[in-house]
Amino acid sequence: MSMRSVGASPRRVGGHGRVTGQQQYVADIHLPDELHVALVTVDCARARIISVDRSAAERVPGVRLVMTADDLPQPVPRFGPQFRDRPVLAVGETKFHGEPVAAVAAETKDAADEAARLVLVEHEELPPVYTIAGALDPAAPLVQDPALRAGDALAESNVLAEHRYEWGDIEAATSDLVVENIYAFPMVTHFAIEPHAFIAAPGEEGLTIWSSIQHPYWLQRIIAGLVGLPLARVRVIAPDPGGAFGGKQHAKFEPLMAFMALRAGRPVRLVLSLEETFQAARRNSAEIRVRTGLRSDGSITFREIHADYLLGPYADISDRVVGKGSYPGNGPYRVPASRIVARAILSHTTPSTAFRGFGAPQVNWAVESNLDEGAKALGLDGLQIRLRNLARRGEKFLPYDTPADGDWQQTVRRAAELVGWDTELPAGHGRGIALGIKLGPTTGLSHATVRFLADGSVLVFAGTSDMGQGSRTIFAQIASEEMGVPLDRITVVSGDTHVVPYDQQTSAARSSVLMGNAIIEACRSLHGQLRDMAAQAYGLDPQEVRVERGVAHLPDGEVPLVEVLQAGLGTLGGELIGNGMARKEAEPDHPLGGTAAFYELNCTAIEATVDDETGEVVLVRHAIVSDVGRALNPLQVRMQDEGAAIMGLGHTLMEHLIYDESGRIRNLGAIDYRIPTAKDLPLEVLSDVVENADGPGPYGAKGMSEGALLCVAPAVAAAVQQATGVVIRDLPLTPQRIWEALDERRRSPSPEVVS
Amino acid sequence: MPRTLDVELTVNGAPRRLEVHVHHTLLDVLRDQLGLTGTKECCVVGECGACTVIVDDLPVNSCLMLAVEADGHEVRSVEGLARAGELTPLQQAFLDKGAAQCGFCIPGQLMAAQALLEQSPDPTVADVHEALAGNLCRCSGYEQITEAVLAAAEEMRR
Repeated sequence: MSMRSVGASPRRVGGHGRVTGQQQYVADIHLPDELHVALVTVDCARARIISVDRSAAERVPGVRLVMTADDLPQPVPRFGPQFRDRPVLAVGETKFHGEPVAAVAAETKDAADEAARLVLVEHEELPPVYTIAGALDPAAPLVQDPALRAGDALAESNVLAEHRYEWGDIEAATSDLVVENIYAFPMVTHFAIEPHAFIAAPGEEGLTIWSSIQHPYWLQRIIAGLVGLPLARVRVIAPDPGGAFGGKQHAKFEPLMAFMALRAGRPVRLVLSLEETFQAARRNSAEIRVRTGLRSDGSITFREIHADYLLGPYADISDRVVGKGSYPGNGPYRVPASRIVARAILSHTTPSTAFRGFGAPQVNWAVESNLDEGAKALGLDGLQIRLRNLARRGEKFLPYDTPADGDWQQTVRRAAELVGWDTELPAGHGRGIALGIKLGPTTGLSHATVRFLADGSVLVFAGTSDMGQGSRTIFAQIASEEMGVPLDRITVVSGDTHVVPYDQQTSAARSSVLMGNAIIEACRSLHGQLRDMAAQAYGLDPQEVRVERGVAHLPDGEVPLVEVLQAGLGTLGGELIGNGMARKEAEPDHPLGGTAAFYELNCTAIEATVDDETGEVVLVRHAIVSDVGRALNPLQVRMQDEGAAIMGLGHTLMEHLIYDESGRIRNLGAIDYRIPTAKDLPLEVLSDVVENADGPGPYGAKGMSEGALLCVAPAVAAAVQQATGVVIRDLPLTPQRIWEALDERRRSPSPEVVS
Repeated sequence: MPRTLDVELTVNGAPRRLEVHVHHTLLDVLRDQLGLTGTKECCVVGECGACTVIVDDLPVNSCLMLAVEADGHEVRSVEGLARAGELTPLQQAFLDKGAAQCGFCIPGQLMAAQALLEQSPDPTVADVHEALAGNLCRCSGYEQITEAVLAAAEEMRR
């Protein structure tokens, strides 16, 4: 293998624009004649809308449109990636704090803001449900109108769906120890630094939408369906998002913008504030009961998992998050008997959606913590019990699904080594180790087109959204490798549904694998064409020519593909076009509708100490090792892993949304909601990868980028437990929570305190 | 009270005379009046640092400074770093070290780091973390940003 481009870490495609301020995000784009939109909301989660008086707003100079639900087609159109449950504007009743009742479009942002404040919404505040217990209370109001859930046996409850996965015989299992506890995972928000932004412009050829979206093609389909236009008349332009993390996968306010643009006959733009962004997307919180049976040697005999995830009022993609996130809830271990029951529960809170890890971090927190409690009771350490149960390569550890696709022992041993697992621990320090696993995509479809231009330069068309992961760099590396063209002669085009062929979505760490394979296929199509060209140009039989990795091998030597191209194209010039496609077919009989294309597996090992006086956790060492198959770009892999690890420290140590009794987020915005800063870093972050070229992607790559977030929390909590003796089962591990646990122990000196 | 006032300031070395709304921030004026969209808007409460610019010699959250307060001052934004297409050592280091992922926080990180290096040409890791603590990045673990600032400092001391 030559590996001239792949396996190196060239400068990021798009990097220059990012360091000069030239990179354009949606909010940086202005259209002639544009109107500015501001949303009209009420100051509580759930309210009955009595009337909307727009007269004062319409008198504000510059106001061109005040849009209410009455101005939309009736019944008000609804949309969503899983269920058509979300109305374009609130109908009759608001369901979450921040749900718009109306929207104003004006010549200036100031005028729009002023007019939005003057739209008078007469309403009656109603009691919301904003906790799992509240939503499950038989007396709780129904969040969704049962009429929206026709034929659904659960329609008269706030349970949107229940997912059950079961194998083996739990009752027949014999165990030396059964450990059972409940663990809580907080509501957290994505906090991409770029707030969501949307532009819609009507035109002779339909509608154009600009959005900071991860899935432009899915958005195109949603908009086309809502406004009744063919796909070819809805163009979605998706500039690189300024961070997304799942929060920008699916339509939010693009449908409203589309209807406003059509009504106003002018372009409309809406740039959310950070507060509005907090109210637009979040991660499912969860309460998870885990019951694990263990033999005295640490081997798992059975496990029951009951996971309740709290959604907002509209599903977005969250029910899928619950189903797909809980399915591998047992982790990468062999568990002979298991019952997993996961419920998606509706509430009057911010609509939850995908967030890095896609439902896995919640159940991982619970199950890995429970395993540590079992280990402690049996006198085993965290590493021993994990190695005891860890699936071997090829083992069908998850019934119905892809067998273990890596040497996972290698990953675990490397993480243990990095953290110095077997070395002496300083007094007052503790160590923890945990594993996280996440399924790659279960279905997928990516198209790619590669154009080999007359001067030997290359255009790659690939619809992946480059939201920080650096996908265009990877794609350029692959094209460089296959076509033998240097990176500075390759351009990757993305972000425009009228120009770039279909890609299902940018999620589940799929792009290097699926789009990468599509690009390879497109390049191989070019190879076939170049082989014929070479045969013709050099008077050979095509059988005598072999094209590979940028070179045509002829009987009497090698010719760079660029030379073949130029010889073949002749004086007329032109180009060669290669198309490629990668599909992951649906499997209707599978509980998730398809097996995992690959697994993302990470091991996180932590050394920590706790300040007795403040309850603050000091992370001494944070080691992360991911099985990536092959690191196509080692620097980008490291950037993704370390970024995921530090993001994971957020929900582990500090992040949680707090609701009041009106269903409002009390810590709304950057002052009261803390994410990790440069001063919150572990003293040492050590990251490494395992590369056995055993993935289904280009050159043996697997998807990566979510793994190092999955199991941060249980590893930190285990280290805190060892350092202090206190067990905490609610995240985040805030100084207050730890201090209170330490204080309780000081006052009632039992050997172990559980908070 | 007047709704607008005239201000005179220097933006990236060029003197500008502008009529600004009195309630508009320096960030509003940079982005919407001058079209300098490299400076980013996120939290608008001075916590995230995406809008960091340098006013005279100090890093400032431009969302917290009214445009009229910039009257008579010298403002530098990310667009003022590279000269004639030539990246500064700091920009070059951000590029080389892989500091930028999505890139949205990077203009603010660059300006905060630039202000640090002008004051303190040989910073420690702790100095860098302290100087950039007000610049949130959600993509990275801050490692490559820190490495880039230290590498640029070394380059600039040569």
